[in-house]
Parts: sequence; C-alpha cells; structure tokens
Amino acid sequence: MTAAPIHVAGERLMLDPGGVLIWPAAGLLAVSDLHLEKGTAFAKRGMLLPPWDTQATLDRLHFLLRKWRPQTVVALGDSFHDRDGADRLPAVELDRINRIAETCRLVWVLGNHDPAPPAGCAGEAVATFSAGPFVFRHEAEPGAPPGEIVGHHHPKAAIPTRGTTVARPCFVTDTRRVMMPAFGAYTGGLDVRDPAIARLFPRGGRAFLLGKDRLFSFALTRGGNPLTADRGNMPSVRTLGGG
Amino acid sequence: MLDAARAGESVLLIAPTGGGKTLAGFLPSLVALAEAPTDRLHTIYISPLKALATDIARNLLRPIDDMGLPIRIETRTGDTPANRRTRQKQTPPHLLLTTPESLAVLLASPDAATFFGGLACVVMDEVHALAGTKRGDQLALGVARLRSLSPGLRCVGLSATVAHPTAIAAFVGATRTIAVADGAPPSISMMLPEGELSWAGHMGLEAAGQIMARIADAGMTIVFVNTRAQAELMFQALWKINDATLPIALHHGSLEIAQRRKVEAAMSDGRLRGVVATSSLDLGIDWGGVDQVIQVGAPKGVSRLLQRVGRSNHRMDEASRAILVPANRFEVLECEAAIEGVAARDLDGDLPRPGGLDVLAQHLLGLACSAPFLPDEIYREIVTASPYAALGRADFDDVLAYVEHGGYALAAYDQWRKLFRDSEGRLHVRSAKIAALHRMNIGTIVEAPMLKVRLTAGRSRIGPILGELEEYFAGLLRPGDTFLFAGRLLKFVRVHEMAVECQDGGTGDPMVPAYEGGRMPLTTNLADGVRRLLQNAGGYDLLPEQVGAWLRLQRAVSRMPGRDDLLVETFPRADRWYLVAYCFEGRNAHQTLGMLVTKRMERYGMAPLGFVATDYVLGIWSANRPHDVARLFDQDMLGDDLESWLAESAMLKRTFRNVATIAGLIQRRHPGGEKTRRATTINSDLIYNVLRQHQPDHILLRATRADAATGLIDVGRIAAMLARVEGRIVHMVLSRVSPLAVPVLLEIGRESIRSSDNEDALLAEAEALVAEATAPSPPAWAQQEMPLYSGVSAA
Repeated sequence: MTAAPIHVAGERLMLDPGGVLIWPAAGLLAVSDLHLEKGTAFAKRGMLLPPWDTQATLDRLHFLLRKWRPQTVVALGDSFHDRDGADRLPAVELDRINRIAETCRLVWVLGNHDPAPPAGCAGEAVATFSAGPFVFRHEAEPGAPPGEIVGHHHPKAAIPTRGTTVARPCFVTDTRRVMMPAFGAYTGGLDVRDPAIARLFPRGGRAFLLGKDRLFSFALTRGGNPLTADRGNMPSVRTLGGG
Repeated sequence: MLDAARAGESVLLIAPTGGGKTLAGFLPSLVALAEAPTDRLHTIYISPLKALATDIARNLLRPIDDMGLPIRIETRTGDTPANRRTRQKQTPPHLLLTTPESLAVLLASPDAATFFGGLACVVMDEVHALAGTKRGDQLALGVARLRSLSPGLRCVGLSATVAHPTAIAAFVGATRTIAVADGAPPSISMMLPEGELSWAGHMGLEAAGQIMARIADAGMTIVFVNTRAQAELMFQALWKINDATLPIALHHGSLEIAQRRKVEAAMSDGRLRGVVATSSLDLGIDWGGVDQVIQVGAPKGVSRLLQRVGRSNHRMDEASRAILVPANRFEVLECEAAIEGVAARDLDGDLPRPGGLDVLAQHLLGLACSAPFLPDEIYREIVTASPYAALGRADFDDVLAYVEHGGYALAAYDQWRKLFRDSEGRLHVRSAKIAALHRMNIGTIVEAPMLKVRLTAGRSRIGPILGELEEYFAGLLRPGDTFLFAGRLLKFVRVHEMAVECQDGGTGDPMVPAYEGGRMPLTTNLADGVRRLLQNAGGYDLLPEQVGAWLRLQRAVSRMPGRDDLLVETFPRADRWYLVAYCFEGRNAHQTLGMLVTKRMERYGMAPLGFVATDYVLGIWSANRPHDVARLFDQDMLGDDLESWLAESAMLKRTFRNVATIAGLIQRRHPGGEKTRRATTINSDLIYNVLRQHQPDHILLRATRADAATGLIDVGRIAAMLARVEGRIVHMVLSRVSPLAVPVLLEIGRESIRSSDNEDALLAEAEALVAEATAPSPPAWAQQEMPLYSGVSAA
C-alpha cells in the first residue's frame, strides 16, 4: 500500500489508501467516521445486517496502526453510529479500543452522530483538536483558516472508465483543507459533486480515490466535477455496455 | 373448461394468443356465481401486468352489465388507492383482479384467513411468463398458502404454447391440460437492408427507409427492437425520414407510465400507424388492429419471436404477418434459423429452475405477519409449491433462521429478533412495526437505482417528467452533454433532488442511455439452429448471396464450427495475436468465459490484452501467441478460477444486491419516504464484503451463487458446453483473420470491452489517460497553488 504525500499549511501529510491520514512530523494518525456499531443500530430498527461491522472496521484500523505506529490517534467524529453505540460494543471490541489508548494518545473528536464522549472508552473527548497549524474537527467550517482536517461528508467520487463508472471513497483537498473518507465498514458516500461538498472547495481541488494498493488522483474542477479524459479517448463510453 | 370446473379439477389451458383463453378461464366462475350467488370473494385472477388486470376488468364488466349479473369485479394493484383497498377488505368483490405482488401483500395481512376463506378459484394468466422467475416463485408460494386457507381451491393456468407443458402444469397444480390447436401458422419473411450487408452492429438503422415504407403500406405496425437504446435510435432514424408525417410513437419501459398509456390508448383507437417498442409490448393487452410486426435485429429465441409475431392479427383464423430485419450477417443466419424454428414449432425455454431462497425468506416473514405458524406445518405447505418441491428441510430451516435472527454464526441480534417462538413452538412476528415495514417491501422486482428525467425550461421552472434513467448513466453526464431519451435530443443541466434536469434542444453527438440487463442472450435452441445452418453447405445457396459467399470463403480458408465441437481460430494481426472461439452460448456466458480464459492466459504468460463477447463468439487479443488451446478451455476452470473471480465480480455483487433486497436484508421503502431512505440505505457491496469474509456459507450467499448459475453469469451454460466439447476442441492456426472472425473484430471498440473486471485497473487507466491528456498544460491553479503533488504512484 503506497501512501501519497501532500502539502498543507506548510506541513507534509501522507494519505494512506487504507483511508487514514498521517502527519509524520507529529506521529499523528487521523481516521474519520468509523460509525462503530452501525449494525446493531440498524438491528434495532429491524434490519439484521451481518454483525461483524465493528470487528471488520477495527481489524482494518489495527492493520494501519501497526503499519504507521503513531503516537497520537485522532478519531474525527461519528466514531459511533449513534449516541449509545459505545454501550453496545461487545466486550472484546471495547478491549481492543482501550488497548489502543494504552499505546498512544487517543483523541475522540465529537461528531453529530456521537455528540457525547463514548461511555467506557479510554481516551479524551474534545469538540475540536488543534495541533501545530492544523485544526481537526468533524464538520468543516466554511471560511476556516488553512489547515482544517475534517470528516463528516463521506466523500466519494465516480470516475467514468470503459463502459462503466467506478465509484470509490476519496480524500478531497485543496491547499487549505483535507476532507477525509469515511472509514467504517458500513459507511456509504456522498458524491464530491454534491453542493454540500463542492461549496467547501470553491476553487476545485483534487480527489484521491482509495484503491487496493494505491490512491488514484483526479483534479476536481469548480463544482466538484472530476476532470476526466476526453470521451474521444474512451471509445466505449458512448454506448455504455448494458444495451 | 366447464367440465373440469364441475369436477373441481385444476386445469392448464394452453392456447396461442388470440384464442380467447382469458375469457375461458373466467367462464366457469361467472357460471358458478350466476347459479349460486355469494357475498364472499369467489375468484382471483393474477396477471403479470397491472395493465392487463385493468384491461380485463374493463372487458368483463361490459358482458356482466349487459346480462345484468349481480357480480362485482374489482382490481387491486400497487396503484389502487388506500380507501378502495380498505373497502375491498370490508366488502370483497366476487372477482378480484390482481398481480403476484398484491396477492403477497394481501396474504401478509392479519385478516388473510377470513378474506380468502371462501375462495373457490384462482386464475393465473400468462403463466409461461411467470414460471421459472422470482415473481413466479412468489406466486407459487402464495397459491400454496391459498390452498391451505381454502381447501378444495381450484386453479386455472392460462399459458401460451411452451416447450415444457408438464412443468407448467405442475406449477399450476393442474391435473388436466387442455391444449388448443395453434391457429394458422404465421407468415414470416426476412427483409435485408439494401446494399452491402453489415459485418457487425446491432441497431439496423440502415434499414430505416425500408421500414418506413412498410409502415406506410400497412395500417398499423409494431417495430420491435431489442434494447431501449436501439428503440431511441430507431425512432429518431424513422422520425428524420417521416416526410409524410405519419403518426408514429415510441414505447419502452423507462418512459413515464402516463406517456406509455397514451401510446397504448392511441394504438387501441387506431390513431397510430407505427410504434417502435421493446419487450414492454411483448406481453399483455390485445391491441386489436396490428397488421404487421417488424423485428429489427436478432430475434434471440423462437418462443420470444412467436410471442412478438403473435401481436399482429390477434385472431385465430388469420395468419400473423411478420418481417425480420437482420442488422448484420450473423443475424441473417439467426433470422433464418428462427424462421425454421417457428415453422418446426421448435420452442425454446429451459425447465423452470428451483425456487429462490430469497423469495422464500420474504414469504416466511409475510406468513408470520399474517398469523403465527408452526414450522413443520409450513414446511409441508411450501413443498407443495412446484418450485420448492425439492426444497430440503435443512435449507428451509436455514432460511427460517435468517428470517428469525439473521442466521449469523455470530449470535449478536438475540434481542432484536424479528420472530419469536411461543411455548408451543409457533413463530410470531416481534412487532407491528416490523410487519408494517415488511408489507411496504413486498415484491421480487429489484430495479437498479433510477433517477427521474425532468424537462425544465429555465433553472427555476419545473417541467414534466419524461421517464427514468439509471443512476449510473446520469453519473456519466456532464452539464451541456446531449443525450437521446423519449425520442428527444436533450441537453443535460444537472441532477437535482433525485431527478435529472434537462432541456430540449441538445446539439452534437448524443449519448444513448443503456440499461442493465437490456439484452437477452441467444437461446440454446436457436444457437443450435445457427450451427446447423453453418454445417449444411448444401443450403448455402438458399441464403442471401452475400451470406452464402461469406460462408463458402470461410470453408475454404479455415473451417466451419461443428455441431458438437468447439472451433478455435488463432491468427496474428497488426502487432497482436487473436483467439476467436465459436461457442454460440450467448453473450452472458461468453462474458464469463472471457474472464476465466484470459485469467488462465495470463498465468500461461500469453499476456491477454482484452476480450469482446458477442452472442456467437468470444474474441480475445493478446501480446503473445496463444498455444495449448485445449488446455485453455479445460473444464477445470470452473473450479478455483471461477470461485476466485466470482468472489470479486461486479456481476455477483449485483446479484447479491437483488437477493439481499428480496430477502429483506436491505429495505427499499421506509415510512417517511425518500429522506429516510437515504439515511437507512447501505450499499449492498459493503454488506457483501463483510458477509463473505465472515460467513461465506450464509444462506444469502448460497442463494446468490444459485442465481449466478443462470442469468448474468450463466455458469450453467458454460459448464454444459465445456463438458460437451471436451476432447473435441479444433484449433485452426491461421496466418490472418478468417471471414467468420471479421464481425467480432469489428465489435472491438463498439461494444463495451471488459478488459478486466478489476476496478482498480480501470481507475489506473483513467488516471493515466487524464495525466496524458493534461500533461502539456496543467490547469493554472494546479501549477500555481498545488506545486507539490508529486504523483501518487511514487513509492
């Protein structure tokens, strides 16, 4: 898995194709929108989804923590799918979370899904977290000074390829702000062209789509449209498969 | 029919279209109701089409009124307003005309037992179109329930002529089959486009002039095409040369319903001269005065062709008239084979497949919503439905466990079970909320996410809805793009509030929306017919001259595909090697085979670069010379190779989405509508990934793999072919392209080429293309403001 370096507010950040952001100089790893216990939240409403979502999410996070060995882990909000999500954590998963807090500083930035500190989980809970030139908050503030790292919108981008579009969660960034993809196993996405996201990047920017081993990078024009190749280069786009 | 009714026998009535079979199905009920009036529901009629139910209600009302019979007839479909539904429950009609979905909703209500308690008869129309489909599974389960609620229930099935009448009789539960002799054989001819016959392409637009002339010569013509995209293009082509401004119209499944109804009404009233239509007009209402049917493009199957041809001259004593217009040379052969197949009544159609476990899951929850049940009793009831006759108890128990608590190996949802068991072992639904949610989500038709198409005059002005587009197509549109829809050239404005907003008057080369599953593959039967034609060199003289010459040349420079072998040609061209396999197993199967064979070629170092699948052949191109061809097509590819490809395959994920939706794991509708839908939908691919990783043998994954055997992935057909040709693979090593291979080479670049099912590879390619296209002068902001992006592939 090859991470991509970018520069924001004079600092070098690494974007990992696994969906986390690393600030190497500070030994900090940020992850956003874990939405833990989304499965049980849906079960309450009568949708019995496969119950391994928390496990799958933490498995992936653990892999990335072993890879980057950060001193600080910032969870950028919506770490739990709902207010009492932490109460429903199976004991073994709660244990895993608390073990993270034993090896590094664990910061829970609060989000709209989890406006209160997660009950029983180690670590500190804050509304925003500032470090160096960066402010880590759940939801972007229009007009914030450069150096804002946010989550919340679950950005994804759809790229026309041969005869089909491929949609993937992505990082979105201009030089001022980084919006992180949602990390949770059951988190969907919002198209980067949606005004909710596009208005936060008024001069366009760049989307980094998550891939298996690397990121795929596309410029975004004003309005969030990915700058893709001229259709003349892609003969199959016109008839579009299906029939 | 009346005899069978008096004897209480269930009957299957097989008659060609126009035989008046629908009325025959109702006659015994009308007689019985006239003789012994009742105030309970006596007969329900189930049709695959809402429109058909409505139309038949209209047609029955007249004679009943004329005769002054005290018989009440009503319809009940998804469109029936709530107040009428309530009234129907309180005072049931004698005859209720409905669809499989609405029947399932009625059966899931707490008063099902009272409502259906006195039911005497079920009439199932167009059974041939339902048996073997998920809607058919749902209907069969519903009828099994009705038999339990009303012992002695009589079933009547109405069917067109089919290849497997005994299977259809079993589906209906008929003890007697009455077959009405076919009417006059249809007269079918072929019309070749003028000039040089096309080598490839499927649209047949070059024949537009001749088609227009035929429309002008006849009273009313239906021009059937194979896809919605083709319908849009053909309509445009005809419209451009419609100098006499004949009233012609367009009809396909994505157009707004009101628009379709308008076209249908105009047909009935004889106000139209021609309609360009897809399968949306295959089934259903008798339009009356259709004088001729023109089929443009490959007929795909004998039964389908007969169904379409039967739309003309809806009377028994007159021959239907149809004209086939092949769009390329291979289609000439297919048309010829289809005409022979029709003459020989060589109907196609596989035996209905076993019932889907996802449909069973939906049915079981519905039963619990109606009344508590004992699993043993219900199992005995279910296996009386023919699609589930072979259902094992273990599978039944797994499906039931799924409905109760998800059926997961990790027991996480004990407190949120959907069903609970009482002390006697009866299963109850946990809450009224779960029951209400279930009733909103009954049905087995799963559509791809669609967006409405709305015409706007300006940004703020809201115009009429023209129809629906698949969401993925909308994702390809950029503001200002032109696309062809509903017979208009439209300019894309934006996607806003679940609608594609557009304006009239697009310019430039339009894109044409395509739809998932828009194409049906060539049937096995017709493929055999085509192979027979190729083999019979003596018959080449009877084919159009250009086709005969083409085939003779093929014999001279290579050879013909045999009836039971597999011809594989390899040859170099430009700087590539080509491999063309003449499998004749249909597009879906070839698509899958292409994935598997290229995977294997990769392993053998042949460096495959891409492939293209048509209904007839599979063409693969590679950097290195293909060798050891017999090994490439060895049956063992269906083992691990298939498993590992399938697991990641987009088509399997799509299949899973359908299964999970039907089984109720993902709900389509929620109280509160669109807004809650967005908050409560989960991308099924995410669920698939988690489930596959943690419980690969979960019942829903088993159901998904069972579906994959047919349909989009069509593994069943590949398996049968590989077994048949084992040891009979004929490899022709050629120095250049053979005549028979020309069409598939021309498809390259026209068809969407699936060079890979690997999305990452597709993204990498798109990224590289953009980089190449923008390299000389990157956008100004990227140069000035973001100088430090150093290319993401750098290690």
